[in-house]
Amino acid sequence: MVALLPCICINRKALKQEAGSELLYEMKGALELLQRVSAHADASCWYVAWSPAGTLLASCGGDRAIRIWGKEGDSWECKSVLADGHQRTVRKVAWSPCGKYLASASFDATTCIWKKTNDDFEFLTVLEGHENEVKCVTWAPSGNLLATCSRDKSVWIWEVDEEDEYECVSVVNSHTQDVKHVVWHPTQELLASASYDNKVCIYKEEDDDWGCRATLEGHESTVWSLAFDPEGQRLASCSDDRTVKIWKESTPGDGSTDESWKCVCNLSGFHGRTVYDVAWCRLTGALATACGDDGVRVFREDPTADPEQPVFFMSAHVPKAHGQDINCVSWNPKEAGLLATCSDNGEFAIWKYNSDS
Amino acid sequence: MSGGTRLENANPLIFQRSGERLLTATDEDEDLADPIDDREIFDILSNQKPHLRSCFLNGLSRTLTSLHLIRSISDPEHPLSLEELNVVEQMRVNVNDEESTVSVEFTPTIPHCSMATLIGLSIKVKLLRSLPDRFKVLLVSSQTHLINKQLADKERVAAALENSQLLEVVNQCLSTRTM
Repeated sequence: MVALLPCICINRKALKQEAGSELLYEMKGALELLQRVSAHADASCWYVAWSPAGTLLASCGGDRAIRIWGKEGDSWECKSVLADGHQRTVRKVAWSPCGKYLASASFDATTCIWKKTNDDFEFLTVLEGHENEVKCVTWAPSGNLLATCSRDKSVWIWEVDEEDEYECVSVVNSHTQDVKHVVWHPTQELLASASYDNKVCIYKEEDDDWGCRATLEGHESTVWSLAFDPEGQRLASCSDDRTVKIWKESTPGDGSTDESWKCVCNLSGFHGRTVYDVAWCRLTGALATACGDDGVRVFREDPTADPEQPVFFMSAHVPKAHGQDINCVSWNPKEAGLLATCSDNGEFAIWKYNSDS
Repeated sequence: MSGGTRLENANPLIFQRSGERLLTATDEDEDLADPIDDREIFDILSNQKPHLRSCFLNGLSRTLTSLHLIRSISDPEHPLSLEELNVVEQMRVNVNDEESTVSVEFTPTIPHCSMATLIGLSIKVKLLRSLPDRFKVLLVSSQTHLINKQLADKERVAAALENSQLLEVVNQCLSTRTM
């Protein structure tokens, strides 16, 4: 592990935001590098995920391994290596809400479930069924449901019971292409998916049947990731089209059950390349992005703007946060301002974000 | 990016063609710790040295021919280059060292989509293996957008190259014949 000098950028004028009007905000925030870790040697680090307690960080990568990192004094050390679960790249990892289980999604078409025992993890079971690479796995807040998605264009919903038995309860084929990401709503049993077909789908269970209830169109290329805001009222999506879009559900006043999602904010002109990930902080409401131009950015919401037309401005930006593409960005769920990023160069980095530097 | 191939060496610039051996600066340099000369890599991709470019295309055409993917109209021991076989009409290369970007546009003339994808994938892999990690590579086929989107999707490319059969075909396309 190499400790580098902290990288801070302060007091730079933010770019004008696309919305027809020239809005200039001072970029008052700062991102300070706390630690850089070489996590997956000679391979991409594809994803990092904080444990619900915020004390552990799971990373996964092209070396087919999952690593669990914990803090020892001031530095993050590797606590466990889960190396024998997958035959190909591990693309994403996800913690169960209780923190006792870890799920891993792999290009080998399987999803592994690991159980935390004392200080280590043991393999519990494997979820099979997807025809090819699994791109994402995510746990519902209730802890009883999981969702996975794949290049086979489908989204699978799994139920887990008290005996650690996993069963697929639904396979939904709403996308016409590779599904990149799935994420659960923070409070409702509602799922969103992002796809290579440039669309976002929203799923709800109605009459024991999971189905796509809304399709969000607007991105001009692959949608790579999604994040709900802390209250679950808005959804952020990021894309290969270099934009981040914010969507809000609107219920028509006439009492009909027709729900539609509208794009209420479009963050354009900030990212130089594909935006691979977006993360919405549960504690502060700050929005972070991971970009193929090697930069990490934090956006804040203008509190004076109309809630139906939110305004986001760039608060902090580290242009070369890593030497290669940033694949993932993740806010620590317990410590406000603590941010993790990971990159194609096999590294992850821990940052401290301050909104007013 | 890993993968067993003769080209996975510190100097990807050594090509042998019809008895002609092209030595590079690092070949003659005893100090192997020298970094890869970026100028050499740019030259291999630029239009300034077309004979190097056609060496790569030669290897590609040899494999495609041996796999019966394109009908050989010549002596298999001396296959025609892809350009001569009209498989790839031209390759336009643009390199910006300061911004660490390389863009390559190629024109496949084979109407079969998966052929163009294989050619594109081979060119992409060649570029990724030859260039320092800091480079962003853009590879576009002038013929169809469908291929371009797949080639630009690094997750799709990475997953494809974990398929050992496909990787083997790509490595064959990129291999050079030793004389």
